[in-house]
Amino acid sequence: MNLLAPQEIADVLQAAAGAGFVSARCTEWAEGVKGRKSRQVWVKLARESLLPALRRLVEIQYPHVSVIASADTGAQVELMYHFYVYWGIPHEEILVTFTVALDKTDLKVPTITGIIPGALTSEREKQEMVGIEVVDIPDGRRLFLPEDFPVGVFPWRKDETGIPPDMTKELWATGRETCQFSDNPPPAEPKAE
Amino acid sequence: MKTIEVKKPSGYATQIGPAHPALKEPVMFSLDIEGERIKKADFVPGMAHRGVEWMGMRRNCIQTMYLAERICGICGITHSISFSRAVEQIAQIQVPNRAHYIRSIVGELERIHSHLLWAGVAAHELGFDSAFYLAWRVRENVMDLLEYLTGNRVHYAMIQIGGVRRDIVPDQFPRIEESMKFFEDAYAKLAAVFLDDTTVQMRCRDCGVLTYDEARELCPVGPTARASGIKKDVRIDHSYAAYGDIEIQYQTPDLLTGEVRGDVYDRIITRLLEVKQSIGIVRQLLAMLPDGPLLAIPKPAVLLAKLKGAAGEAVGRHEAPRGEVMHYVRLEAGKDEPAAWKVKASSYSNYMAWIPMMEGEQIADIPIIAASIDPCISCTDRVALVRPDSRQILTKEDLHRLSVEKTRRIQAALAK
Repeated sequence: MNLLAPQEIADVLQAAAGAGFVSARCTEWAEGVKGRKSRQVWVKLARESLLPALRRLVEIQYPHVSVIASADTGAQVELMYHFYVYWGIPHEEILVTFTVALDKTDLKVPTITGIIPGALTSEREKQEMVGIEVVDIPDGRRLFLPEDFPVGVFPWRKDETGIPPDMTKELWATGRETCQFSDNPPPAEPKAE
Repeated sequence: MKTIEVKKPSGYATQIGPAHPALKEPVMFSLDIEGERIKKADFVPGMAHRGVEWMGMRRNCIQTMYLAERICGICGITHSISFSRAVEQIAQIQVPNRAHYIRSIVGELERIHSHLLWAGVAAHELGFDSAFYLAWRVRENVMDLLEYLTGNRVHYAMIQIGGVRRDIVPDQFPRIEESMKFFEDAYAKLAAVFLDDTTVQMRCRDCGVLTYDEARELCPVGPTARASGIKKDVRIDHSYAAYGDIEIQYQTPDLLTGEVRGDVYDRIITRLLEVKQSIGIVRQLLAMLPDGPLLAIPKPAVLLAKLKGAAGEAVGRHEAPRGEVMHYVRLEAGKDEPAAWKVKASSYSNYMAWIPMMEGEQIADIPIIAASIDPCISCTDRVALVRPDSRQILTKEDLHRLSVEKTRRIQAALAK
């Protein structure tokens, strides 16, 4: 197999993404005495280019999908698709991250399970945790959240749809007795009425 | 939002869980059963979801690192290594080499203890309680060693962002070597108990098969993937800590048997081979341990100030005993807490592999198949058999009894 360098991977993905390409950067990180490098490619894409770019990536090597991470940046929700190519070749694996930013007014993204079925777990989790809609997902049920969890609350969002204060419990505020071996001061005595 | 089309079940539907049939951790299986055969399998996790990421995004990075360590009680070091590595890459903190080596040594000891724990659980599920006692008796030695080196049996608190908190000094080397010798002897014993036993072979050979192509598409990690012939190991693919300095091999079952079948037996082989490999890695790393400081930035206040000024995104990875653990972290300048944090534990990737493994197998094989990916979830107690006219609850004990009875039947047939 002719291995592509990170910058070459970024270039072929740029060509495949076409007008939907936003930006790309390559990073390296070395650890250990020999200082062997691990390499990463970070590609920003528009939603329309996600599937064409992924199909091109599959031609390089069938990627291992690790997870889809997410971040709430205010007006947008960013999805980070983490793939690995060149796995199985010692020290040559490259992390390829596709970042897709979605406006909160239109949180739709196509499913990638048609190309990599293993992404289903992560897509189901993103639907319930950040409130995106994965179009054509083969199984749209909730994954981790219980059935009685309120509709329209998305735990990892940082806006008004996030976890409201009345759903959180501050353990320190419950006044529960601390461990008997702890050096912490005892909780305040409840005031006599 | 589309939902999966619910087909009319053939035979009857079985709910297993939220009580877990194999480990005492909650996950629910829904199975369509025809006679004893599983026609269709589905699972519902989430009974132990504690919102760790939500909490982490409200704490500073050092607090989040300690929170990450408490995600799992068995992988006591994997989440803190992964989180620290992500943060170090963002803030460009160069970890001293001695700290890299100590991280790897503790990581390998953890792998030995986790695989021995798994071997015991697997033996118990099959009804071999003497092998279960043997595996856990052997495991006590590595737990003692971990306590000797780190001060704790679980949650070693060895990792700090930018290095490690405790040293391994030459005075401690003989005690480590003593344990390594002990494990070499124990490996020979365990290999004979698990691999040469006819009943174990009859229960596990060609049971719960995950083919190479299924494994490639469903993206499992660790021994689950390697037992199906997928050569994937973060330590080798994507060198980090001290692993880039030594030569290690992908541990696939064909190293021992010359073939890959992707069944439960292959997953036993893979884990046993990895115990042996870890013994070798610990010895090599101890011999090569470089001198130097343990922490890049010893003062937590200075470290916090540096992290507050850091901005960017990075991925930290570690090969945990169950496979790749991966943390995505994003920091923003001027903020103490991570702007985004995603934890991907190894079992998260391995769940989907259960479906092809279980379909076509028998109810009595559920415990060993569920256990064969070494799931890390968290606590359980009942199984409901749902039939159109009646509702019958099977306890975890009932399911375990079914599995043991199957082993006894095989043994009785062999004795004739």
